Amino acid sequence: MDFTPKTGKSAPTISSRRCEEYPHVLQFYKKPPSEDVTLHEFEDLAVQRVKVLKAVDSVGIRNIKGSKEYDEAMEKEIKKLRDVDWFVEKTSIKPADLSARRRKDHLSHFILRLAYCKSDELRRWFIQQELDLFRYRFLRENSASILDFLEKNGLDYQPIPHEDRGKMRDKLKDASFKMTSPDVLQREYYKVPFMEVLELVRGRKVYLEGGYAYVPQDELVVIVLASFREHLSHALAITSRAVPAMEEDGRLLKLLKNIHSLYLGNDYSTAKKANSAVTADMINGLSKQSFPPCMQNLHRGLKEEHHLKHWGRLQYGLFLKGIGLSLEEALRFWKSEFTKAADMDGEKFDRQHSYNIRYNYGKEGKRADYTPFSCIKIITTNAPGVGHYHGCPFRHSDADLIEQKMNKMSFPKDKQTKVMEYIKGSHYQLACREYFKAAHKTEEEIDLMHPNQYYEESQRLINGASAGETDNKTQTEPRGVKIIKVKSTNPNFDDSITGENMDELELASMETD
Amino acid sequence: MCDKKSSYDPASLPDFLPMYYKRFFPYGAYFKWLNYGGVPKNYFSHREFSFTLKDDVYLRYQSFSDKQELEKEIQKRCPYKIDIGAVFSHRPRDQKAVKAADFRAMEKELVFDIDMTDYDDVRFCCSGADICSKCWPLMTIAIKVIHRSLCDDFGFEHILWVYSGRRGVHCWVCDEVARKMSQTARSAVAEYLSVVKGGENQAKKVNLYTGNIHPSITAALDIIGGKSFKSYAIEKQDFAGTDEQIQKILSFVPDENFRDGIMNVYEKNHPKTSYTFWNVFKEYIKEKADFTHKKLSNLPDELMLQYCYPRLDVNVSKGVNHLLKSPFCVHPKTGRVCVPIDHEKAEEFDPFTVPTISQLCDELATNDDSDNSSKRRVKDYRQTSLGRYMHVFDNFLKKLEKTWHGKIVEENGKDKQF
Repeated sequence: MDFTPKTGKSAPTISSRRCEEYPHVLQFYKKPPSEDVTLHEFEDLAVQRVKVLKAVDSVGIRNIKGSKEYDEAMEKEIKKLRDVDWFVEKTSIKPADLSARRRKDHLSHFILRLAYCKSDELRRWFIQQELDLFRYRFLRENSASILDFLEKNGLDYQPIPHEDRGKMRDKLKDASFKMTSPDVLQREYYKVPFMEVLELVRGRKVYLEGGYAYVPQDELVVIVLASFREHLSHALAITSRAVPAMEEDGRLLKLLKNIHSLYLGNDYSTAKKANSAVTADMINGLSKQSFPPCMQNLHRGLKEEHHLKHWGRLQYGLFLKGIGLSLEEALRFWKSEFTKAADMDGEKFDRQHSYNIRYNYGKEGKRADYTPFSCIKIITTNAPGVGHYHGCPFRHSDADLIEQKMNKMSFPKDKQTKVMEYIKGSHYQLACREYFKAAHKTEEEIDLMHPNQYYEESQRLINGASAGETDNKTQTEPRGVKIIKVKSTNPNFDDSITGENMDELELASMETD
Repeated sequence: MCDKKSSYDPASLPDFLPMYYKRFFPYGAYFKWLNYGGVPKNYFSHREFSFTLKDDVYLRYQSFSDKQELEKEIQKRCPYKIDIGAVFSHRPRDQKAVKAADFRAMEKELVFDIDMTDYDDVRFCCSGADICSKCWPLMTIAIKVIHRSLCDDFGFEHILWVYSGRRGVHCWVCDEVARKMSQTARSAVAEYLSVVKGGENQAKKVNLYTGNIHPSITAALDIIGGKSFKSYAIEKQDFAGTDEQIQKILSFVPDENFRDGIMNVYEKNHPKTSYTFWNVFKEYIKEKADFTHKKLSNLPDELMLQYCYPRLDVNVSKGVNHLLKSPFCVHPKTGRVCVPIDHEKAEEFDPFTVPTISQLCDELATNDDSDNSSKRRVKDYRQTSLGRYMHVFDNFLKKLEKTWHGKIVEENGKDKQF
């Protein structure tokens, strides 16, 4: 047992013990903390780490990871976060303070695990930010420190013999994007099972042979991250099963619920009641007026083909739900479009599709009320293939198509250039923001995180303030960037799509060969 | 023969199915496969099967404790379609009795689904569910490219290719490592194997950029680039035969001067065929793209990949509990059996000679007439045109069996020590 003073300053004896406990600035967070923490400190640490992760997130949205700009933006953020910058260590820090800082890192990580283990969406966000934070911190270390860390965590990889490297030189060179043969001979390569470097495999950035990946030393961080990710997602799965028992302590329950709800913004899981009068007949008009380009694409695809494939139906259907299209109206809308196709009649539609629409509204199967997709989800998951209209136009369309469209809508030239620049720099959400500004002739800066937010902002500008402020739940703008104070809201956990639900959803709509 | 094949009538399916499930469906070999020697405990009994019955009635979460039960149930239900799902933490038939959070998909073969409909923008003979001998080579190429990578790059050994019964092929990777893969790992492999990317709003769907070309792409280009592309795109598809087709190809060329240049040279060319166009295209790019337009130098390769590289449905591969149609099903629309394909002889596989259920039943009736001894009935389907496909499956099983023989001996040894 170990009692911590409320101020967070620790007695020297404990501190020296901690030195052994935290031998390195980086942690894999394998051992949960076993000390007692006051509720106040618990909450404080949670808020601190969320602040850090939020900063990591916003830097990640605006910059390409690993680029110079990314590092610079991170530097800037760290300066802003100087009260909570325990996650970076400078030489100026007194050795005596180190363990207290590392302890904060340790505790706060575990506290957030509790808050973010609840749903797939939350887990995904948390893992992504923790990984980005870890990567940033890892890359700041010098090679001696890195080797030390790897050894302490049982990750001591051995490089392949130089003889083998020479033999495989050409393949190793070709597997990397920019390397030359001499480059290959200048670095060490590590042979690991391909399962340990899935991110490199996914991007075809590594040479594979017989089930092994040959990883150049510069990519070592990928192996470490993969190991970290696996460990973390496993731990979150276990935590989520354990949380119900812990929630019997009502004090924690309340705290935990509040922590994450604030920082992910509105999930648009339930359409707002006051302005939910969207009917099937209004969609055509609204789509031209207020739909974000991704949804306009889907709408156009639906009009042209009288059909949308699975992910298109899901992305569009849930969006429509989010803007307040009721189940009855949704059935009417989809049916009227689908049955325009030659091979679809009303009866066939009822048999093949109405189940899925009802499913989206939580009326079938697991009865989960599914949440509309956020921008991140649309941009990063399920890229469209042949015959697909879903996805993010700024990410998944030819740039000249966007340009054409903007020309047609006679956007000002400078706005067009800006959109195109953002697209080139892979800043798809920023491109969408510029698009929004041009489409609505406004200079208001809005951080667009969600297609439904685009719609609501657009409606707000068009109809005046009345539409957006019908209930105080929606007052999340500017979304999540500066909100720090914990206040009570009532998030509904069960709304989110969990892995299993999702699979069932996919199955329910399996198309027959 | 020919008449019989075309004589399949979807309405007659319910009449043939009882006979098919009684005398053709290879329960023994099928069970041997999915039981994996009984080495992973409960592997078979925790496996989900799903049946599609008449009128699209869909039964999920079926499971069977052993071969006899599977056989009995299939014969009783006579499903129009059988899907294989994951191995779950509990018996799938108990799904309702188990807490939802505890009922989890644990393992499944790594699967790939390649469907001809995904090639509609690059085949000009048919579209949608139709296939013909002019577009089927796409599937042959797909089998070769994917198979090579799964073996050489990923080191997998137990790979079963199956005809989907109508317009595509399925791939089952059965190695232990593959069966244990997480969703992330499955999608990573599927992405590695995906080169053609982009939706309806992207014309050019392959980008090699200007760096080095990954060895797996080079290997795929070796397979496609030689005879395959010439025989498929140029001879069978005549892929640049019309102005519209040529415009489509030119839309991949991002530089206007290049587009005009290629057309100018081609205009002067006689005769105007896909073959000559392809040569003009290649030569022009090779000549002009060397220095200032390095970005364009990959265009011929990119074009070949866009027209021929396998297109996977990543979502099918991704989910551990995604269902996939079982081998040896009968496709209700075509009546053809979902037979295994010998990847080494992928070129020889002809979907139009795959036996239909009505043809098989006819053959069996003829055999029965000529040979009345009932002793041979158990394996008499091997005497029909299904036999040669069974041979492919047997070879796959023989190799697979070796993986558990070692383990069974090991386990037995352990038991004897105590």
